[in-house]
Amino acid sequence: MEYYLQLIVNGLVVGSIYSLVALGFVVIYKATKVVNFAQGELVMAGAYVCFALTVQFHIPFVWAFLVTLVFSVLLGLVIERMVLRPLIGEEHISVIMVTVGMSSVLKSVVQLFWGTQIRVYPQVLPTEPVVIAGLPVAPVYIAAFILSALLFAVFSVFFKFSRMGVAMRATAFDQQAAQSMGIGIKNIFAMSWCIACVVSAVGGVILGNINGINAHIGHLGLKVFPAVILGGLDSLLGAALGGLIIGVLENVCDGAARQLLGLGGFREVAAFIVLVVILMIKPYGLFGTKEIERL
Amino acid sequence: MQGKCGLFFTSYRAEAQVFPSGFQKSMVGLFLAILCAAPFVLNTHLTSIVNLVFISVIGAVSLNLLTGVCGQISLGHGAFLGVGAYAAGQCSVHGVPFPLAILTGGLVTALVGMVFGVPSLRLKGIYLAIATLAAQLVLEYVFLHGGALTGGSNGLLLKPPSILGFAFDSEIRMYFLLLAFAAGALLMVTNIMRSKYGRAFVSIRDFHLSAEIVGVNLFRYKLVAFGVSSFLAGVAGGLWGHYTGYISAEQFNIGLSISYLAMIIIGGLGSVLGSVFGAVFIVLLPEVLNALANTLAGFWPGIALHVVAMREGVFGLVLILFLIFEPEGLAHRWRLIKAYWKLYPFAH
Repeated sequence: MEYYLQLIVNGLVVGSIYSLVALGFVVIYKATKVVNFAQGELVMAGAYVCFALTVQFHIPFVWAFLVTLVFSVLLGLVIERMVLRPLIGEEHISVIMVTVGMSSVLKSVVQLFWGTQIRVYPQVLPTEPVVIAGLPVAPVYIAAFILSALLFAVFSVFFKFSRMGVAMRATAFDQQAAQSMGIGIKNIFAMSWCIACVVSAVGGVILGNINGINAHIGHLGLKVFPAVILGGLDSLLGAALGGLIIGVLENVCDGAARQLLGLGGFREVAAFIVLVVILMIKPYGLFGTKEIERL
Repeated sequence: MQGKCGLFFTSYRAEAQVFPSGFQKSMVGLFLAILCAAPFVLNTHLTSIVNLVFISVIGAVSLNLLTGVCGQISLGHGAFLGVGAYAAGQCSVHGVPFPLAILTGGLVTALVGMVFGVPSLRLKGIYLAIATLAAQLVLEYVFLHGGALTGGSNGLLLKPPSILGFAFDSEIRMYFLLLAFAAGALLMVTNIMRSKYGRAFVSIRDFHLSAEIVGVNLFRYKLVAFGVSSFLAGVAGGLWGHYTGYISAEQFNIGLSISYLAMIIIGGLGSVLGSVFGAVFIVLLPEVLNALANTLAGFWPGIALHVVAMREGVFGLVLILFLIFEPEGLAHRWRLIKAYWKLYPFAH
């Protein structure tokens, strides 16, 4: 029993990171209808920049973290401007493939600078585990969960009350109507890429603090797909819940497969089997908008 | 169809030919002659590259039929190749003759492809792309943990194929075998595209609701598209497995699916000729990079370490640049060049 409780706790932590990455994905999809296959590589980019700043340039962690956020904003602007803007109005497959190409480029740049071996962040938080309800939990896990929850709260408020947030929701609802009300669509697109890069970078930094980072960390981006499909491609709440559910689910399935069937590596596919089932039963997810077609 | 100046058709049959003019026929004949002579001129390494091009041509043209012509995005094509490779490989290991093994590989893959094509009735665009991505990852897991069926992480070892006692055990012999298969696949897809099925596929791609209204049975034609495409992918996979002599799960990862998509995008979506161009381009790209690195290594010894990392980056960069600057692909550029020479020197 304790084995599974531990799996659930670990799943919640990993799931909160999935949620963050899924949030970035959903923000981009909502505003621009772009499916971003490079979401995992944005996580990787943020993680490596923060790593370089703290370890190689010896900048205190908090400052390094802030500089990473600034870098992410710039990265988002560059990507939107250079890569996505020329493709506005192109077919699905072209837009998907351009983000795939972008992920290759980002991966290759990171490997060029930092190689492929695992890099470990310096310990920022105490390593002594805290006991919650009889389970020992590392402080970094708690911090990860709290930070994710905090970011979600911030963005919920942002989308609900700020001018920019309302404009983004309007654009997501109907681009033409928003444009005719004087909203600059291009700014919205740029903004959504910036937000996506920032939340992904935060996810990357948290992940780096938990497990260390290597060049394959971008693989995490694939896990976002089950999470967002489960939650609904264009729902923020869906991203949060989807991420947590997928995180827990894959950890528990993996643990169960290992313990009961002796199968290793089930973690990689558990989420995707769930994904296929969801697509069959409820293709628009828990909170997604149904696409209605008419001639 | 618009022919060259002075080329007139007096019957529908004449107009519907694949190669309508004598000039085109002689050019294709010349090209085939060059291809047949090539392995005797090229060295073994270059021949092996051309062999890989042939296999990629089959895979690319099959994906192009599904994604370029029928509009069903598949991110799982690499895994479909894998299914074909394992199925054909298992047949060969158990002593089934090579042609039958390849055929079985294709049929098994067609079946698997159709199973994964079933969601395509309900899912479109992005959702289908993600569903096929799931297919890719699930199949990859099966390859790695399939036990006796796939050889698990050890993979399968295969002997060189042989037909009626004639063993294809050298690069040159494989060359002609693969050339025949590639030419057959190209001819098959060209003819499918000219048939009722091809027109139905295009109508589904262009607007599925109108297609349904004019009487195209969406479910049936989408399944046929998945089936035929996976069949050819399975054949390509089977050939690849027999060619390399070793099948392992890493060969058929998501990177392979992506490079096939890159081939059809760089070559030209929905174009048979484009699939050939794309396959040539993507297979040659790393070779050219390696050659470049070897040349540069004289001036900058450390570069070999970086080439591996750079290869993927260059691939991504090429993909992005093509999508931005040449979204219609190389086939479109080829048409423009031909038009230019047709009108030369009166370009306007």
